[in-house]
Amino acid sequence: MTLFKQFLGAAATLALSAGAALAEPAVIYDLGGKYDKSFNEAAYNGAKRWAEETGGKYKELEMQSEAQREQALRKLAESGANPIVMTGFAFGDTLNQVAPDYPDTKFAIIDMVVDQPNVESIVFKEEQGSYLVGLMAGMASKTGTVGFVGGMDIPLIRKFACGYVQGVKAANPDAKVIENMTGTTPAAWNDPVKGGEIAKAQISQGADVIYAAAGGTGIGVLQAATDGGALGIGVDSNQNYLHPGKILTSMLKRVDTAVDEAFKAGPDLKPGIKVMGLSDDGVGVALDDNNKSLVTPAMLKAVDQAKADIISGKIKVHDYMSDDSCPVE
Amino acid sequence: MDFATIVELLDSAVRLGTPLLLACLAGLFSERAGIFDIGLEGKMLMAAFFSGAVAAVTGSAWLGLMAGVGGALSLSLVHGMASITFRGNQLISGVAVNFLASGFTVLIAQSWFHQGGRTPQLSGSGRFEPITLPGAEAVKDVPVIGQLYDNLLSGHSILVYVAFAMVPLTWWVLFRTRFGLRLRAVGENPESVDTAGISVVRLRYTAVAITGVLSGLAGTYLATGLAAGFVKEMTAGRGYIALAALIFAKWRPVPALGATMLFGLLEAISNRYPNIDLGVVNLPIQFMQAVPYILTVIILAGFIGKAIPPRAGGQPYVKER
Repeated sequence: MTLFKQFLGAAATLALSAGAALAEPAVIYDLGGKYDKSFNEAAYNGAKRWAEETGGKYKELEMQSEAQREQALRKLAESGANPIVMTGFAFGDTLNQVAPDYPDTKFAIIDMVVDQPNVESIVFKEEQGSYLVGLMAGMASKTGTVGFVGGMDIPLIRKFACGYVQGVKAANPDAKVIENMTGTTPAAWNDPVKGGEIAKAQISQGADVIYAAAGGTGIGVLQAATDGGALGIGVDSNQNYLHPGKILTSMLKRVDTAVDEAFKAGPDLKPGIKVMGLSDDGVGVALDDNNKSLVTPAMLKAVDQAKADIISGKIKVHDYMSDDSCPVE
Repeated sequence: MDFATIVELLDSAVRLGTPLLLACLAGLFSERAGIFDIGLEGKMLMAAFFSGAVAAVTGSAWLGLMAGVGGALSLSLVHGMASITFRGNQLISGVAVNFLASGFTVLIAQSWFHQGGRTPQLSGSGRFEPITLPGAEAVKDVPVIGQLYDNLLSGHSILVYVAFAMVPLTWWVLFRTRFGLRLRAVGENPESVDTAGISVVRLRYTAVAITGVLSGLAGTYLATGLAAGFVKEMTAGRGYIALAALIFAKWRPVPALGATMLFGLLEAISNRYPNIDLGVVNLPIQFMQAVPYILTVIILAGFIGKAIPPRAGGQPYVKER
């Protein structure tokens, strides 16, 4: 109801037209799929939460191939959906071309910056969240070696890796981090067999905590880590429940909040760049009953301290995408 | 690189090479009988789905195996119908099989399990667990031989041993039995087989069915041996790499073992060493991933020997009137 009031207020002040007020928001999931237990599923949860809270309806579309992107965007825009939220960097180029053709429609893109007057670009400070899980990994590791398995080799995933390494080194400067990327094509997001094999290779090199930032591939990584007696770290959504007591934590990226907020803003979505970091709970670590036994009070204290320091600016976590390089290895 | 690392790499190569080997032998039977099969990928995917789904519901990997083989077999028969009975274009039929499997698996998985086109995670008896060969524990500490036995030979799931047993079996069937002789003949010169009074159609259907069973094993191994459940598109191009291996092996079973294990080893190396520094040049991971295809192209181009496919491959057989 509160939202309805807000909405009425907004309608009164901005004198929205009736047509725009009826517009349904829409969300497009990227190739990983709506139920990837990770990134896209978080977007779906946000949309679902909005629908439950407001009783509103939304449209959704799941990408099946690269070729559909432009068609899907145009179709939704022409159907009057507003705003249209899309998940994933891969929409960047397409949106850049499509957005000017629909000046009255608002778009929101997650994980990418698109400079158009009707587009809100939502980016996360994944390096901050990854720093925190890295810190926990560094403290939990007994061997002093931890692993990272990325999905497709793109700057965004390198950003996860870079933050993670910085966190690990903060906990244990002598720690060794083994970094692997699954592949260089979108198939790398859906290859649990290869992910598992990489995790096994890392375990045989001594890694006892492995952070998977790899979409559907990560499921294989977490499985292999569990089978091999190592701890896994999930990503994007809370994945602690996949193997209770075997997953140290999950790096939360609040894609759900981003979608929810974009839907709430409706056609009044504010164009520009929106950065979500630790300070506004855009990223964080997952703590629940499933990983309670793994997280020591010392870890909790360190995480809280680091969080406060990052927000206050005392700790600066390097962002890989700012200069395409990572100061630590 | 110490000895233990090499053993681990080989161990990983065996795991990664096994689905390729099974798929490669599957393609070998079909193509030797004159039916090109680029639908291996789809059949593996179908098998991965059905094995994952049935194993999740029943909790038995063996029932999963049967379902997986059944799924792949049904697609095989579709391919057989299109290319043998209706004399359609075998490549187009193969592509159709791939597309069908890609969409069908996700659709059915979503309607059965509501987990977004995946099957529930398998655990316990739903998976083919590693088997410890007799005496592996005892000889573990014996240098070299003990390590090899314990780490490399022991500790794989039953399907790996089945795959390796298939290599001599395939060789024996193809080159030492009457059935094998006829099968090879039907891929080279179906007219002569027909003249001898043997049914070309029946031979080709048998070959396609064997292909279904073997690619079913390959897909089942992916979903219930290596991973723990089905994920959409989880074959990730392995069916195509198996085809490349088949060409690389020049349609022969023993070289097929070598080719698939080589490709498995290349993948294992690239998993372990993303970038290989050779001093002068730094080989990026993309190069390692492309090597199987590069090797296949080199073979096809005729630089190292010649790869001649079965002569009647790709042509539907029309009986003379």
